[in-house]
Amino acid sequence: MTSEKKQQQYEKYVKQITPTHSLGLNMLKAFLTGGLICMFGQLILHYAYSLGLDRESAGSWCSLILILISVLLTGLNLYSKIGRFAGAGSLVPITGFANSVAASAIEYKVEGHVFGIGCKIFTIAGPVILYGILSSWFLGLIYYLLKIMGVLS
Amino acid sequence: MTKQYTCGASSISFQEPVFIQSCASVTGQKEGDGPLGSCFDMICPDPMFGASTWEAAESTMQKEAATLAIGKAGLKPADIRLLFVGDLLAQTAASSFGAAGMGIPFYGLFSACSTMGEALSLSALCIAAGYGEHILCATSSHFCSAEKEFRFPLGYGNQRPLSATWTVTGAGACVLGSQPPLPASGKSRPLRCGHSCIAITGLTTGRLVDYGLKDSMNMGGCMAPAACDTIHQNFLDFHRTPADYDAIFTGDLGAVGQKILIDLLYQKGYDICSCHQDCGILIYDSQKQDTHSGGSGCGCAASVLSSYILPGLLAGKWKRILFVPTGALLSKVSFNEGDTIPGIAHAVVIEKYEITS
Repeated sequence: MTSEKKQQQYEKYVKQITPTHSLGLNMLKAFLTGGLICMFGQLILHYAYSLGLDRESAGSWCSLILILISVLLTGLNLYSKIGRFAGAGSLVPITGFANSVAASAIEYKVEGHVFGIGCKIFTIAGPVILYGILSSWFLGLIYYLLKIMGVLS
Repeated sequence: MTKQYTCGASSISFQEPVFIQSCASVTGQKEGDGPLGSCFDMICPDPMFGASTWEAAESTMQKEAATLAIGKAGLKPADIRLLFVGDLLAQTAASSFGAAGMGIPFYGLFSACSTMGEALSLSALCIAAGYGEHILCATSSHFCSAEKEFRFPLGYGNQRPLSATWTVTGAGACVLGSQPPLPASGKSRPLRCGHSCIAITGLTTGRLVDYGLKDSMNMGGCMAPAACDTIHQNFLDFHRTPADYDAIFTGDLGAVGQKILIDLLYQKGYDICSCHQDCGILIYDSQKQDTHSGGSGCGCAASVLSSYILPGLLAGKWKRILFVPTGALLSKVSFNEGDTIPGIAHAVVIEKYEITS
């Protein structure tokens, strides 16, 4: 047997005996928590509309409040507990992004304001920012080209 | 020509036993709440150990364990000839700022979670060769500094897979000597009970074993083949079978790794099912403490050795055991660059010894 085949066989065996989280249950937890966070956001949004704010300002307030709450919960060491339960449910909404930034800031504070917080605050969020900007640039390019070709008005 | 004391392909059988004079363990609160809570010498409820950073906390804990071990042996730091100390942090910083600061000639070691095996082996070799009357070995790990070093910031909300292990916040230290420890007097609490004491009688040095796994969240799977190789080699070199050991303790294979190890050795014709225990499984109650596969880190094997295994040997629970700390030799860089995770395991034969004078 070649070593590569042996390797694959071992990998298969390990995979087979390693316990995993139940996918269904995890998806349900993620759906519930993520849904709750988004519903809370919607509530803020509607409340802001009722105060007479336009769509854009209401959206900004909604994001700001969610971010604030997430950062506070991170500082109180509660967001990691929510994350352990909810998985992607608390990772995907804007609160997850805020958590990843705040958690890094807290962890690396002792390494100084420049080389600690400054350099490492985006250790987790960095890729999201980089590839977020890159993909929006790419989509913008497609939009521009479609407009030139007259497909979009 | 110098006389050789080697035994088989990669073992050493000591002509004169090397005595473990004392041992000490210091852990965090989570470990203190676990099944071995009553065995540790000191449990610190403050995860910072009075320091201001996680790294300093680990250093403080390690130094405390070393100081305790020296005190329990009835010695002073000046009586210790050499230090073999290691940890998991980059450039073994916890040791450099920990036990190294005691003013004793110092060797810093890294062998991932198997470092206690490496430290015990090198210390025993030095004692046997006459390079020191008393030598101290210690290792430590801290959950928070390890998370920061290898994974995510603590406050980050993510989910750990069930195969993941929980890094033990703990340190263990042993003082080795060429002579049996003197009976307890005053404040000293050596590993001696009447005429019984504890000795290292042999070693099997581990080889790097790589089965090509790349999942750093399944260390048990990466290290089990190494443990299997070392234990198998130990059986061959000493012409022993599992029946010759009352217990075989691996370091931190966890529940997943334990199953793999038993399966792999079974394929080689050895059944260790009834005598195998794993320090990582012993230290936590995985159901109640949400630790998944078990404990890990070089403080895991060291603190379980110093709190449970050595006192258990002295109490007559076992007569001869094989202590096999296991390590996964990866770095953050090697992992990101797509390298595999090779494992290593060092075996130390520890026996209850009756003084016959």
